[in-house]
Amino acid sequence: MSNAAVQTWYMTQRQLMVFARQPAYAIITLIQPVIWLFLFGGLFRKVVELGGFGTTSYLDYLVPGVVVMSALSSNMWAGMGTLEEIQRGTLNRFLTTPASRAALMNGNVVHNGLVTAFQSVIIVLLGLLGGADYPGGVVGIAVLVLASVLLGTVFGALSNALGMLVRERESIIGINTFLLLPLTFLSSAFMAPSQMPGWMRHVAAFNPLNWAMVAGRSALSEHPDWGVVSGRGGALLALAVAAVWLSIRTFRSYQRSV
Amino acid sequence: MTTRAPAVEARHLIKTYPGDVTALNGMDVTVEPGTVFGLLGPNGAGKSTTVKILTTLARPDSGTATVAGHDVLRHPDRVRRAIGVVAQNSGADPVATGRENLRLQGRLYGLKGGALDRRVDELLERFTLADAARRPVKGYSGGMRRRLDVALGLVHRPEVLFLDEPTTGLDPEARTAMWDEIGRLAGDEGLTILLTTHYLEEADRLAERIAIVDRGRVVVTGTPDSLKGELRGDAVHLELRAPLGEAGRSLLSGALTALPGVHEVLMDGRRISARADDGAAAMPALLAALERAGVGVAAATVARPSLDDVYLRYAGRRYAEAEAEAAALAADTLTLAGGAR
Repeated sequence: MSNAAVQTWYMTQRQLMVFARQPAYAIITLIQPVIWLFLFGGLFRKVVELGGFGTTSYLDYLVPGVVVMSALSSNMWAGMGTLEEIQRGTLNRFLTTPASRAALMNGNVVHNGLVTAFQSVIIVLLGLLGGADYPGGVVGIAVLVLASVLLGTVFGALSNALGMLVRERESIIGINTFLLLPLTFLSSAFMAPSQMPGWMRHVAAFNPLNWAMVAGRSALSEHPDWGVVSGRGGALLALAVAAVWLSIRTFRSYQRSV
Repeated sequence: MTTRAPAVEARHLIKTYPGDVTALNGMDVTVEPGTVFGLLGPNGAGKSTTVKILTTLARPDSGTATVAGHDVLRHPDRVRRAIGVVAQNSGADPVATGRENLRLQGRLYGLKGGALDRRVDELLERFTLADAARRPVKGYSGGMRRRLDVALGLVHRPEVLFLDEPTTGLDPEARTAMWDEIGRLAGDEGLTILLTTHYLEEADRLAERIAIVDRGRVVVTGTPDSLKGELRGDAVHLELRAPLGEAGRSLLSGALTALPGVHEVLMDGRRISARADDGAAAMPALLAALERAGVGVAAATVARPSLDDVYLRYAGRRYAEAEAEAAALAADTLTLAGGAR
């Protein structure tokens, strides 16, 4: 392994350790998905009767929506961690070592990806426990997890860029609060597209959150449409690459502003 | 006399931050290898900016700098291998233990295996952190954290160690302990230390040479003894009942300077400062002269030279004034930058 790859792993490890040592935090992040799956899912279980959901169990429909939504809501706070590292002096300490600059940034991306994957798998298993059915099997689940990791990467990288740029918590809190619900409701998370008002359906077509849900749902169905999966997946990948590129650019401008 | 190249050499560094804040205005620093050098000055004088440039964090607008023989702009990687940095906030990971923090730091410099284990144990022992090595850093006291910060900076046996305000925020006991520690480091073979401080006492105690920094440049350099030597005698401070007018001020300045054993009379507002070969002896004559001029005196003190006096002498203004100006500038920058910390 090259030096940069080894150092990326050191940086990832260091953050995973923080995650592992605060199990309370990991459990708290799962409370929301449980509420959405079982309270919301229970309350609205009859909406499938409206048709267009492609399944007879609302839980089946809901799981990919909740997985993707959770990926969004956990990654969009990544900038807070980066901000804390800047203010604590940790980032500057690493910058005065010969550590690869890319490793410092990529450690973050890899860590967030691993945490998102872990969280997504747990939600899928919770769904299974509640009686959800995944006809697409392991492959379908893998596609859903990958799509949610890509979506998480998009918003994690943007959040990091924002944290380095504005350097205040209030901006991150403001933007996240502003974005989370509209992005979620303007997607197929809770309602089949055919039952959505026309304008909302059109907006949802441009929502990356929706791309991840559509790709995941299709892969999890009995007859996956691989064209849809690779189309939406490819778009997410492109967006993730662009967001990471942007955050690396911001990182460079941060270094100039120290 | 050594013939080796300087461990640190900065020439005419200029650095301006957005909002036209001049942090450095022609900073020159030369540190001989194996010595302890102190940059002394109030907050906002440019000490931290100098350290950031020398440690490759920031780039100057112009000027050149070499550290351990490497150009900070052309070969930042070589500089990074040669230096250890203990910043004001070194940011040890609070959730990780002291040992884990040290191990990660060592790995970033390419240490591994038995060599890494031995070096980490050695540093934990040396900085009396061995008992706390397995505890998360968030439970450490301020003094323990600071010792860990210094240990982090030494993990790879650097040639040049930068200590930015090493005792700021420490209680007196921890400060004395840290001074002892830095004193021992200075004895280490070949280690060059550049420390910044705004405590005269600290620079006096630790540094072989001191540069006094004001408004982004060095106003005077010398050994602590030579600087204090030039400030021989006592500092006399007088506080007047009412501020003096322009005419009264120049008249009085002449009258006071004419007194035997009284030099360097400086006035601002209601305050008069002067140096006297023997403060107690000069005081009656000073008070008499003021009475003749019809100026009422509210308070009079005689003291040994303080940082304020050294500073006043070389920077031409009071230390507190400089700190207040720095704070005001920082507040301005804050507003301009839209609230960035």
